[in-house]
Amino acid sequence: MAAVVVSSMMGKMYGLCFHAVRQTAGLKAPWLLHRRAFRISAVHRQQPFDSSLEKPQFPGASADFVDHLEFIQPNVISGIPVYRVMDRQGNIINPSQDPQLSKETVLNFYQKMTMLNTMDRILYESQRQGRISFYMTNYGEEGTHIGSAAALEPTDMVFGQYREAGVLMYRGFPLDLFMAQCYANADDLGKGRQMPVHYGCKDLNFVTISSPLATQIPQAAGAAYALKRENLNRAVICYFGEGAASEGDAHAGFNFSATLECPLIFFCRNNGYAISTPTNEQYRGDGIAARGPGYGMLSIRVDGNDVFAVYNATKEARRRAVAENQPFLIEAMTYRIGHHSTSDDSSAYRSVDEVNYWDKQDHPISRLRHYMTARGWWSEDDERSWRKQSRKTVMEAFERAERRLKPNPELLFTDVYQEMTPGLSRQRDSMWRHVQQYKEHYPVDQYEKQ
Amino acid sequence: MAAAVRFFIRGANSRLSVGTGTGGSLGAALLKLSPSCSSRSKTQRRHAAHFTYQPDPVPTQYGETQKMNLFQSITSALDNTLSSDPTAVIFGEDVAFGGVFRCTVGLRDKYGKDRVFNTPLCEQGIVGFGIGAAVAGATAIAEIQFADYIFPAFDQIVNEAAKYRYRSGNLFDCGNLTIRAPWGCVGHGSLYHSQSPEAFFAHCPGIKVVIPRGPMQAKGLLLSCIADRNPCIFFEPKILYRAAVEQVPVESYTIPLSEAEILQEGSDVTLVAWGTQIHVLREVSDMAQEKLGVSCEVIDLKTILPWDVETVCKFQVSNVTLWISKTCTQQRVTCCILGRFAGRQMKTCRTHPIPPLLPGGCWTHPNLFLLPGGCRTHLSPAI
Repeated sequence: MAAVVVSSMMGKMYGLCFHAVRQTAGLKAPWLLHRRAFRISAVHRQQPFDSSLEKPQFPGASADFVDHLEFIQPNVISGIPVYRVMDRQGNIINPSQDPQLSKETVLNFYQKMTMLNTMDRILYESQRQGRISFYMTNYGEEGTHIGSAAALEPTDMVFGQYREAGVLMYRGFPLDLFMAQCYANADDLGKGRQMPVHYGCKDLNFVTISSPLATQIPQAAGAAYALKRENLNRAVICYFGEGAASEGDAHAGFNFSATLECPLIFFCRNNGYAISTPTNEQYRGDGIAARGPGYGMLSIRVDGNDVFAVYNATKEARRRAVAENQPFLIEAMTYRIGHHSTSDDSSAYRSVDEVNYWDKQDHPISRLRHYMTARGWWSEDDERSWRKQSRKTVMEAFERAERRLKPNPELLFTDVYQEMTPGLSRQRDSMWRHVQQYKEHYPVDQYEKQ
Repeated sequence: MAAAVRFFIRGANSRLSVGTGTGGSLGAALLKLSPSCSSRSKTQRRHAAHFTYQPDPVPTQYGETQKMNLFQSITSALDNTLSSDPTAVIFGEDVAFGGVFRCTVGLRDKYGKDRVFNTPLCEQGIVGFGIGAAVAGATAIAEIQFADYIFPAFDQIVNEAAKYRYRSGNLFDCGNLTIRAPWGCVGHGSLYHSQSPEAFFAHCPGIKVVIPRGPMQAKGLLLSCIADRNPCIFFEPKILYRAAVEQVPVESYTIPLSEAEILQEGSDVTLVAWGTQIHVLREVSDMAQEKLGVSCEVIDLKTILPWDVETVCKFQVSNVTLWISKTCTQQRVTCCILGRFAGRQMKTCRTHPIPPLLPGGCWTHPNLFLLPGGCRTHLSPAI
């Protein structure tokens, strides 16, 4: 029942988008609303050319003629509306939108969000103390991670940017492996090669993070195409920020996924800043969601701090993306409460008052807690004991990770190619000869032996 | 820009009368009437690139062969791949109708619209899409329409494809990706249809760069690239697409990567080249023998990265000059390849005096003008 109502809600949302779209571009909207089977359309459905009709015959667009000069006005004052389920106090606004998840599921959402928050606090602090080299927190965006991750199947592939650790945590990535990657110790699945927060996990279908922004967007389109051909009911989700959406790769990914009919969810975390660059210096249009219709993509804007709104939108997008082989664009509006990274001090470009507003009055964790306490699912005692337990769990993982040895230096030279090349083999032997000769200068004991 | 030029190249083969709308013959009639066009003097004649393609001997170890030119041998390799590997897909600009160089003719009809398809006009998207498809387990064969247009994809190739396996600790890789692009000069291509950008990729660990000298080599090397578990870039010398014809095996076969081939033994000078220039150097070595009495060893490098150090740096006698020859529009970056050869020489050639290393090729400007009727490769007077 909820799904039906949600889909009519989506229809309304689409209708609003569609209304805006009609003014901005001539799309063949009735065609888009039909359920689409898997096909590559070699040629758009075109009527045969008929110059007796007073209708444009151009292959490039389907529209009517108009005889007065008028520029389409971009709608940025009252743009695409923001879909939400809870108000800022955690009360459900429209009961038909409550996904009515079980107590166990909702508690899991809450515990994953708070565990992420606790891990962030400890690892941020560990960087300030010189224990790890770098860290990026997820403060304020926990709702976008957990809400979207919960709406996917475990076999769906995730392409992330760098601020999606909660997705990995929701899927069950252990604290020890988060820490191992940040400490670059011998347990790191990535073999200690990348900066902290560049997580990856094949078993959990989370593709390893890379530093260049937006490169994952066209890759996600390619992966989705391959999964479509496999026909095993798998989707792809691709996360990126509103800043990365300015990259050429984003345009490429959107266009490819729409033209090649890929089962893919584009999830944009619009958190207000790209390091120090605010959104009014990043774009002039109505955010990222408004770009979707330009590519022929179904799009929605949601309240990213409302975990149920994120969940509902992602769930429906996933269902339709796979059923209809088309991409969906979700723009989750949120706020980056923390600094961009440990190399950033955001007081240089924004006020403490602004940050406090989001931290105190519109936080995804608080809103969910209010929802839970209103139902009697969570008490002050539960909160106290959970905080204590989660802190203890994180600290224990942290201490284990810190004590662990670093990876064997052999691993500097493997995996460049699948096979070891003669050149790399020579370089590796040269390295060992050098380290052996000058071993008093190299902390060999801190590295795992063969 | 490029789109207009591509249309022109395609239009040259088209039988449509693209005229003013009043009749295709108007243009022809005007040309006939013009006095300066009536007698075409020597300066106005267009000159083609001057070298003779030297076909490989007929291979006997791979079964039945068929006469094919270079683009047909590529089609054959792609046909074999699509037939044996159900996950294989071919994509890029204009590949659906057969490709601007006819390399994918017939494949869409034979294997389906979901396996041979056009992409939007976006090289960074083509390569990014290819990487993603490869990561998800498909055999992805991406076509870049001209090597000159590979640069928008440079970030995806160097920062992503090349590093995918290493940075993920071997959890993920895009070894199933092969990128193909027409390469090198034809004479009239000017700045943007003549480039040989292999030097830009030659220092990027994690990818392989391969350039064949003819159809039989091309099919075997392309099939090796597709089978190889690392992302490969396969440059196809476009001047050889029609000009190079030889007997090519019909079935699938591979020629190993990272193995250079000594085409001709010699004792005085070692000439190293790849692609089209192999045929120029074979003529040069004949001229050197005839006119100067110099015995030249000719080596086809084939794989630029990782290159076959052992074969190239093996010296039969002590006084050998190593000459790297390129016909290209990036001479200045070719010096980087030379630097690597020189560096390798310094390290391996300890028992011999270090032989002189000479670059050969074109001038350092972005355009390539071929001198009509002459051979621009000349030997150093030091020999």
